[in-house]
Amino acid sequence: MLERSYEKFFRQNRLPHLWCPGCGNGIVMKAIVQAIEKKSGWTQDNTIIVSGIGCSSRASGYMDFDTLHTAHGRAIPFATGIKLARPDLNVVVITGDGDCTAIGGNHFIHGCRRNVDLTVILFNNNIYGMTGGQASPMTPLGKKATTAPYGSIDRPFDACKLAEAAGATYVARSTAFHVQHLVKMIEDGLDNAGFSFIEALVQCPTAYGRRNKIGEPAKMMAWMRDNAVMKNVWDKLPDDKKIGDKFPIGLFYKAETETYDEAYHHVIEMAGGAAK
Amino acid sequence: MKSEFTLKLDRCKGCGICVAFCPKQVLALDTLGKVYVAHPENCIACGQCELRCPDYAIFVDKLKQEAADKK
Ligand SMILES: Cc1ncc(C[n+]2csc(CCOP(=O)(O)OP(=O)(O)O)c2C)c(N)n1
Ligand code: SF4
Ligand code: SF4
Ligand code: SF4
Ligand SMILES: [Mg+2]
Repeated sequence: MLERSYEKFFRQNRLPHLWCPGCGNGIVMKAIVQAIEKKSGWTQDNTIIVSGIGCSSRASGYMDFDTLHTAHGRAIPFATGIKLARPDLNVVVITGDGDCTAIGGNHFIHGCRRNVDLTVILFNNNIYGMTGGQASPMTPLGKKATTAPYGSIDRPFDACKLAEAAGATYVARSTAFHVQHLVKMIEDGLDNAGFSFIEALVQCPTAYGRRNKIGEPAKMMAWMRDNAVMKNVWDKLPDDKKIGDKFPIGLFYKAETETYDEAYHHVIEMAGGAAK
Repeated sequence: MKSEFTLKLDRCKGCGICVAFCPKQVLALDTLGKVYVAHPENCIACGQCELRCPDYAIFVDKLKQEAADKK
């Protein structure tokens, strides 16, 4: 067989990964390295992967770059520090729906607000996977969790809307089913100078699917196939068709503004330059 | 046969995603829950199985015409 070129971006001695059978995290991890592979000039030595804590955040341990597995909810602050100290590096953040929008919610919105030049990929499995299935701020209404045995009554965040409102300059969504589209959304996010946010829907058959009787992994992916609507089509849909489980995917927002590292560099210059 | 399969069975967790999304019902799981190629002759080398395998356990390469004729 032709050796797949993306395999060099994995720490081979760590595979197979520890994710459950059919977990969507592996699909998104591969999409990320395939997107990075397409960027000329991005190498294993100048690209840093930073993650928080959660099943999804375990991805950094399998990726053969300089990687940083940080504290729960704190991947964005660590990544911001790297970017300010070394603006020449490409910094990619991997986070979960709990990591990013619960404990890390403030770090997330302020990273967006500052337009730090990071690409943040949120693995959204709608649950705290690692700790056994507590509801996250992205658990849909009515869905069950160990902390919501009768179904969640907490209105969920739309992390894409949150990112846009908070000041991110690239905002997109895709799913583990739409692999090529997902790679493209990540690739375009890597291109954007500024805070790029990509929400990737992933199936968690163990902590979310089973409890909600959604069935095996392929069924959860078929649900993504059947309910995701491309943004251009979504925009033309009348409101009475945007019902049930339907949700939009694609590029939602793009803008150009000075990045935080550029602004910070000006401050360094005004203050007389960085210490050598 | 239009394709050559490579299975890295130590990686396969038997999730069934490749089986479910194969448009030609080429793949199946064996008694131990690992993937196997049940109907290779029906494979159209579309790559859907490889695309969505979360464990990078199944690979499909299109065979060049002469190689395919020999099979
Ligand atoms: C400070 C702190 N609080 C709580 C935890 C426990 N904890 C570990 S992972 C996690 C939630 C993970 O959910 P998510 O970010 O959605 O990741 P997933 O496992 O679903 O991929 C929590 C609460 C922790 N490790 N550290
Ligand atoms: S608990 Fe869920 S998110 Fe965690 S590895 Fe298992 S399937 Fe994946
Ligand atoms: S998708 Fe991959 S891990 Fe799942 S059964 Fe097929 S080969 Fe095995
Ligand atoms: S390449 Fe396509 S037809 Fe062949 S086994 Fe894979 S999914 Fe089925
Ligand atoms: Mg989660």
